[in-house]
Amino acid sequence: MSDPAEIGGEVKPRLPRGVHLKHDETRGEWLLLAPERVLKTNPIAVEILKRCDGNATLSEIVDDLAAQFKAERARIETDVRALLGELAAKRMVDL
Amino acid sequence: MNALETTPTPISAPVGILAELTHRCPLGCPYCSNPVELDSRAGELDTETWKRVFSEAAAAGILHAHLSGGEPASRRDLVEIVAHCKKVGLYTNLITSGIGLTQERMRELADAGLDHVQLSIQDAMAESADRIAGYKGAFARKIDVARWVNEVGIPLTVNAVIHRANIARAGRMVEFAVELGARRVEIAHTQYYAWALVNRKVLMPSHAQVEKAVAEVEGLRETYAGKIVIDHVIPDYYAKYPKACMGGWGKRTMNVTPHGKVLPCHAAETIPGLEFWTVREHSLIDIWMNSPAFNAFRGTEWMLEPCRSCPRKTIDFGGCRCQALALTGDARNADPICHLSPHHDKVAEIAATFDDVDANVSASDYIYRTLKTRVPAE
Repeated sequence: MSDPAEIGGEVKPRLPRGVHLKHDETRGEWLLLAPERVLKTNPIAVEILKRCDGNATLSEIVDDLAAQFKAERARIETDVRALLGELAAKRMVDL
Repeated sequence: MNALETTPTPISAPVGILAELTHRCPLGCPYCSNPVELDSRAGELDTETWKRVFSEAAAAGILHAHLSGGEPASRRDLVEIVAHCKKVGLYTNLITSGIGLTQERMRELADAGLDHVQLSIQDAMAESADRIAGYKGAFARKIDVARWVNEVGIPLTVNAVIHRANIARAGRMVEFAVELGARRVEIAHTQYYAWALVNRKVLMPSHAQVEKAVAEVEGLRETYAGKIVIDHVIPDYYAKYPKACMGGWGKRTMNVTPHGKVLPCHAAETIPGLEFWTVREHSLIDIWMNSPAFNAFRGTEWMLEPCRSCPRKTIDFGGCRCQALALTGDARNADPICHLSPHHDKVAEIAATFDDVDANVSASDYIYRTLKTRVPAE
């Protein structure tokens, strides 16, 4: 489940209850809040996580990002899979 | 308030607040981290004051609000407090024994926006668990509570404190947490402060027991990867370097007692000569920036050798001040857990006295945590 290459393109990732993406005004940055955890997020991760709404599939998220940032689809897909695989292992994303 | 202008070095914003809403608790766990001198009900902060504190916490940059106790469910205004935390943008974590919660109340907490529940278990076996808690039926009730948490969809962490009476089942408690539907489990070996220090001679396991239990739990990480996250707090009596207590003094978290005193860590009151401020007289950010207790061990200036010239001084901050005090007599010393401490022998000495312990602990051996009786000094 946490091996990025094995995640299906049709999964609909979402942040489970108890995990929030929050823009922190004090520190001026986006943070991923989870039980006993605060993860700093880079701008790419923020764009990916904003799209993890439980409706969009992984493939759709990749298409959307590739279109919006005019970037190579394969590279985006690698980033998305790596992030979601890592967060799923920490149970901070449901696939 | 001109806190920022009067402070010489930049102080980072706090990340978490541990709110001890009350020290009342139906359970009597002999390793409780609350102070031996518990706060009475009469002097507890009222609802409006707690709300102000949480508003101030959010404004100060705090992200996580840990609602703890005692048993926080003993507060009738718990749902109202959770709703307020949600309103001001805090992530709410309820740290509970489960006793005092009902299915109805769990639904109310979920509706109020509760983000996470951390449920304590005392053992993976009913009889032993109830004996440790000093409360008949606690174990069965916790199974109900876990189910109610899952029903409302709040992520569940199960939290187990490990000591001699349950160490044989450290690994089993991870499995039990999975059965209870937890996404995360904390297996924390007892740290010997407060009530745990009073009960150390019946709580501390042998080195061999510890090694076996630690290996067992570490071995389960792979088995349960992606299913449950294991947070493992291993005992520091056998460690080479100390822990960065609280992630550094006055660096990440603040602890508010039921009566409103604000502490850099829950055991800080054991250190003589520290001046603590209360939320009744100061705002939270004022206390964070300016109270003498928070500034006493901030940074590295206060350190003595061997910490002062140590390359690890900004990694572990010299370890735990309370443990340094308890075992060396001076809170500024290196935590004697560190092998570089000239007092390190004392730790080994204490640990060695437990090398030949009997795994059977009877309830009559415990001094249970209670508000009512005074504990004799050691």
